[in-house]
Amino acid sequence: MAVTAAAGLLLLLLGLPVLSLLLRVPSGSLLRRLSDPVIQDALRLSLVTSLLATACVVLLGTPVAYLLATRFFRGKPVVETVIDLPIVLPPTVAGLALLLAFGRAGLAGKALGAFGITLPFTTAAVVIAQVFMSLPFFVSSARAGFARVPRSLLDAASTLRASETYTFFRVVLPLSTPSLIAGASMACARALGEFGATITFAGNLPGITQTMPLAVYVAFQTDLEVAIALSVILMLLSFLLLLGLRAPAGLAERRPTAPRFVSTVSR
Amino acid sequence: MIKRVALALLLFVSSSAAADRPPATIFAAASLSDVFQEAGRQVTKKSGYSYHFVFSGSQQLAAQLEQGAPADVFASADDRWMSYASEHDLIDGSAKRFARNRLIVITPASNPGRIDKLEDLARPGVKVLIGVESVPVGRYARQALSRLSKGSDYGRRVLANVVSQEENVKSIVAKVQLGEADAGFVYVTDVSASLRGRVRVITIPEASNVIADYPIAIAHGATNHDAAQAFVDYLLSTDGQALLARYGFLSAGTDSP
Repeated sequence: MAVTAAAGLLLLLLGLPVLSLLLRVPSGSLLRRLSDPVIQDALRLSLVTSLLATACVVLLGTPVAYLLATRFFRGKPVVETVIDLPIVLPPTVAGLALLLAFGRAGLAGKALGAFGITLPFTTAAVVIAQVFMSLPFFVSSARAGFARVPRSLLDAASTLRASETYTFFRVVLPLSTPSLIAGASMACARALGEFGATITFAGNLPGITQTMPLAVYVAFQTDLEVAIALSVILMLLSFLLLLGLRAPAGLAERRPTAPRFVSTVSR
Repeated sequence: MIKRVALALLLFVSSSAAADRPPATIFAAASLSDVFQEAGRQVTKKSGYSYHFVFSGSQQLAAQLEQGAPADVFASADDRWMSYASEHDLIDGSAKRFARNRLIVITPASNPGRIDKLEDLARPGVKVLIGVESVPVGRYARQALSRLSKGSDYGRRVLANVVSQEENVKSIVAKVQLGEADAGFVYVTDVSASLRGRVRVITIPEASNVIADYPIAIAHGATNHDAAQAFVDYLLSTDGQALLARYGFLSAGTDSP
């Protein structure tokens, strides 16, 4: 009884805001809004930057996740905490930290400036903010995937004199793909929704740094209808991404080859 | 030891609960942050009313009021958002102008963009910060730019150098102070005593400058009417006007000097 009530309340809390947004927008006007240049710019920028950020996250996060899943070293808890920090850090704090590090007057920013590179207020800054905020989501998922690869398989590979690199690409990676895809989708969804770090570090300029969440924020103060339309689009995108995230997991559950292979070897 | 901590906690809780009236909530334009906090202290000293403040872009505050945010007083940095509040029945009675302000351009103390005069803002590659069109400081800056242009393309060239449209004036100040932008359009009053060594100031000639009007009103549905009224009365009093002048605001009464 109490469980049902709690579940109902939870569903209400999560579902009602979503429903309220959807009810405010007649579908016809939503399609019409899609041709609004402000919305188009924000949508394009959001898609491009989140995809770029996801690519960076996968490239940077995969080796780190593998290291964390397979090695023990001094100071590992500190490394893990640093990577997890963006999950709990208020995004504006992250933005300020990024500004102090990679800003023109920042620690690393000064060095970059010597090469004529300035990051704040650029599209690159948007991507950096998104990578910063979404990296931990990918790393934790990828790490769990790597850790689930049975030790016996790695031992078998090494008795067959396979190099670690070979084993990683031929054994570990294929078995961890669902976790990597899930992590990447999660990171992409987080990047898509990034707001606080972006507006602090990258600023707000239509077409250059004004992603969907920033456009929602600005529109909320001037044109509520545009803000609602943008929000609905953003919500649908995130919903589809997260729904897609469920697909590879389901695939792995149904696919019999991997587990059967594992069981034969471990016997 | 534990007993002592518990006692301290108890005292802390009871002393905050004993405050006879809950504080009045004042929604105010970001540019009023410093002076309003001081004004609040003055009124508290005099009358015992207490206040808590929400500072943000006037447009943001108006939007929040419209969504039903509980406030007792609304102070805007332009007439536009006060009229908006009035048209949407978000305030009671008529608004009163209590202060005025002017714009200036600030650069970081190190002046990385080598901005020495207003003309330099139009040089290609200069990084300029301005408010979004909806925030009063952004609208005023665009007005000043169009006055400075006098038919030339000056304003258009400066706007092409804008690297970010900020949501309130204080984030322009912060980002210029950090040295991330070369210049920003802010209010005269933003260059507080603590900021003076960290930024350089370029004045805008009076003929091209704009005058920012600050109206204040009791919010519709104010629950702390007496405290709200005491705050408004103080700002309009001789003492309040003197305080505003000390923070660099122009007096509400006189017309353009």
